[in-house]
Amino acid sequence: MKLTVNGLQYDFQGDPDQPLLWVIRDEIGLTGTKFACGTGHCGACTVHVDGRARRACMTPVSKAAGRSIVTIEGLSEHGDHPVQRAWIEEDVPQCGYCQAGQIMAVADLLNRVPEPTDAQIDEMHGNICRCGTYYRMRKAIHRAAAYLREED
Amino acid sequence: MITPLLSRREFLQVSATAAGGVMFGIGLPAFGATPAAELNAFVSIEPDGRTVIGVSQPDMGQGMHSTMSMLVAEELDADWNRVSTEQMPLMLRRDEEGNLAWGLVPQGAGGSTSVVDLYTPLREFGARARQQLLRAAGELWQVDAKRLKTEPGVVIDGPTGRRVGYGEIAGWAAALPPVASDDDGEGVLLKSPEAFQLIGKEFSPKTAREIVTGRVTYGMDVRRPGMRFAVIARCPWFGGRLRRYDDVAARQVPGVTDVVELPGPPDDAHYTTMAPGVAVLATSTWAAMKGREALEIEWDKGPHTSESTASLDRDCQAALDAEQGQVVQHVGDFDAGLTSAATRFTARYRLPYVHHATMEPQNCFAHVEEDSCLVIGPMQMPASASRLVSQLTGLDRLAIDVRMTRLGGGFGRRLTSDYVAEAVLVSKAAGVPVLVNWTREDDMAHDFLRPGGWHELTAGLDEDGKVVAWRHRVASPSKYYRRPNREHWQSEIYPDDPPVGLVDNVRYEYFDMASGAWRGSWRAPAHTANAFTVQSFIDELAHSAGADPLQFRLEMLGPSRAIKYDGHGGPEWDPGRLAKVLRVAAESAGWGRALPDGEGMGIAGHFTFGGYAAWVAHVAVSPKGGLRILRLNGAIDCGLAVNPNGVRAQMEGGACDALSTALGEELSIEGGRHKELDFDAYRLMRIADAPPEIDVHILQGHSEPAGAGEPPVPPLAPAVTNAIFAATGRRIRRLPIGDQLEA
Repeated sequence: MKLTVNGLQYDFQGDPDQPLLWVIRDEIGLTGTKFACGTGHCGACTVHVDGRARRACMTPVSKAAGRSIVTIEGLSEHGDHPVQRAWIEEDVPQCGYCQAGQIMAVADLLNRVPEPTDAQIDEMHGNICRCGTYYRMRKAIHRAAAYLREED
Repeated sequence: MITPLLSRREFLQVSATAAGGVMFGIGLPAFGATPAAELNAFVSIEPDGRTVIGVSQPDMGQGMHSTMSMLVAEELDADWNRVSTEQMPLMLRRDEEGNLAWGLVPQGAGGSTSVVDLYTPLREFGARARQQLLRAAGELWQVDAKRLKTEPGVVIDGPTGRRVGYGEIAGWAAALPPVASDDDGEGVLLKSPEAFQLIGKEFSPKTAREIVTGRVTYGMDVRRPGMRFAVIARCPWFGGRLRRYDDVAARQVPGVTDVVELPGPPDDAHYTTMAPGVAVLATSTWAAMKGREALEIEWDKGPHTSESTASLDRDCQAALDAEQGQVVQHVGDFDAGLTSAATRFTARYRLPYVHHATMEPQNCFAHVEEDSCLVIGPMQMPASASRLVSQLTGLDRLAIDVRMTRLGGGFGRRLTSDYVAEAVLVSKAAGVPVLVNWTREDDMAHDFLRPGGWHELTAGLDEDGKVVAWRHRVASPSKYYRRPNREHWQSEIYPDDPPVGLVDNVRYEYFDMASGAWRGSWRAPAHTANAFTVQSFIDELAHSAGADPLQFRLEMLGPSRAIKYDGHGGPEWDPGRLAKVLRVAAESAGWGRALPDGEGMGIAGHFTFGGYAAWVAHVAVSPKGGLRILRLNGAIDCGLAVNPNGVRAQMEGGACDALSTALGEELSIEGGRHKELDFDAYRLMRIADAPPEIDVHILQGHSEPAGAGEPPVPPLAPAVTNAIFAATGRRIRRLPIGDQLEA
């Protein structure tokens, strides 16, 4: 089957039930997308499939075939997506392991709700951060929303 | 199998970005550049002035790349914006007598010690490198190096105004013989604190960009030539054994290359691995997981199958009902003090077992060869790992190359090296390089839990409401799992912890409860339990005496003075510093002001491993029992805060870690094994429950640093439960809070 990851095409021959996560990490070798729970609860493996945030650990590779997959490595060419810039400015990461998934999830959230309220963030953003960087994360989400407005 | 498909158009695109150095060039030295000049093990400078500073400590989110490189950069007088960092491997050496010693500095992350241990040595490495640069510039200009000065990244000759960038003379400086040692009068002078440009100031962090672009290597991201991926089916029962297994079907799963048996830990000795198991090696993680599903295994469930959370709760309470525990501290005469008291008060508190639940599950890469071994992984204690690898392989310690990746969380879990041992044993048995990956379920089923238990506190107050007698009895399994030669009480109640030194008659007792569960150090070990119980109990005493909880604490603490403290964080502590953080947190929260119905503020402060921290929690509890944290106000005194932004991050993150734990975390035991096996059952806090406002005050003013990774955690839970009491009149004596507030 054909996979398009970060704009590059791949031919994948193998178990169609294999989660997209493991194909990205072990077969393609893009390790920015993280494995943390494997059951869709934490969001560390979040990637974009046709522009929407998806848990790669719960997405069989066959469901992603023919679609456009974007990982953290492909979110922006220069690492300067508004969400990435906001994350650096607010110095959000501690251990950093969950942050690629947080950023991918927030990038999609802001596509859908460009100016989220705190209540909308609480409702829509459920990724787990074990280091507890939520306070800075919330500030970074608002800052990223502001960056996106400036870009428009 | 995966094959890249490149159309002509795509091929051109990729080539263009590669040639432009955009996609692959970020953070790497430019192609064809002259190699960096190594001034010493910690300092390398590129010809264009970019400076690479080695980081000896593992980074699990405590900000070592920023804080440690700051210490070097300060004395080097480096241009901070041109500094990047590089993780160093474990460095060991043999001294003249053949004993193993640290190669350069102690390496590890535990007990909030990194900044304390390395504050002076790392500055010396920076200062020595700067001195080399000054000497090189002196030779260049044919002037006495003593008249030269530096500005960040530049040597300046004052009288002539000449300037030369570090990069231009770094090669020359590196070739000079090393600076003479301290004892011949040419010692390295360190800056006086007033001259600091970086230390104690705010600056941009060092690893954020790599993290947010997915370019950091964690243990799970290690890829080496010929490497196999492995997962292990481990016995989930405490002390269980492997009876027999059949791997015929597993070996037929596509991608599976080998199946090997993993030995369990030795009986009644320090553990190696956590549990026996069967490892499946494959060409991908997925194939290894499918292979593991195809194993047929028969376990011997071991001797602890009747153990459960309920049985431990029962046993602990029964122990407290019995006469007396092992007396671990007795100051004055508790019984006489209590008898003479005007009022007496007793309360029992309960703490659950909690799990480390690092976001990155355990994993490690190992390649064991005949005369060497390479280990790469997320380790808090690389030297302990090296010792264990030597024990398992028979290899000399210096033949073992231990390299640290970034850690996807630590919290004490990766102080142990069991997962390193597994990788080494699997590599040795299979004869290939291997990355052993744990799944979340593996990780949840096997952890060195923070011990749970029951605490009973008794106090007597005189007619003025002053505490005259205090007894704290702890019934809890010890964190010293399978360490028969350790005195267990030392792990769960520290004999010199306050109120020793504050109250005339104090007795601490410990009941060493039996449990088969794996136990270990969890961020601020014992302090999380004891701060919750002590700070809750003080609150109860204050309310019973009709006193303001802050005033009551300040009166207990009294004036600033040194009190002997033999434990970690000693040799003394100062109640005046604890009083100060309480006061600052309270003032910033507006302590004492009237609040609407259903809202309340609670306060707690604690001394942990040399640092003092206090929190005021402002909470709202709805009529149905819904709890919201409206705001946290915190203060920390960790001596000289080298990296205030990092200290603030530890306060904010530590508060959320502690809040998550207090709200909903409990690892239950059922049938002699862990019950919660995923993040659905084991509830970690998400952004919706996190405090929307966290106001942190860092008290500077001391010349020596103390740790900041652990002190923020212990006082948070009691601040919250004390606030719940203020809001509702309900006293939470059992953690987690869970649904106790629901009507």
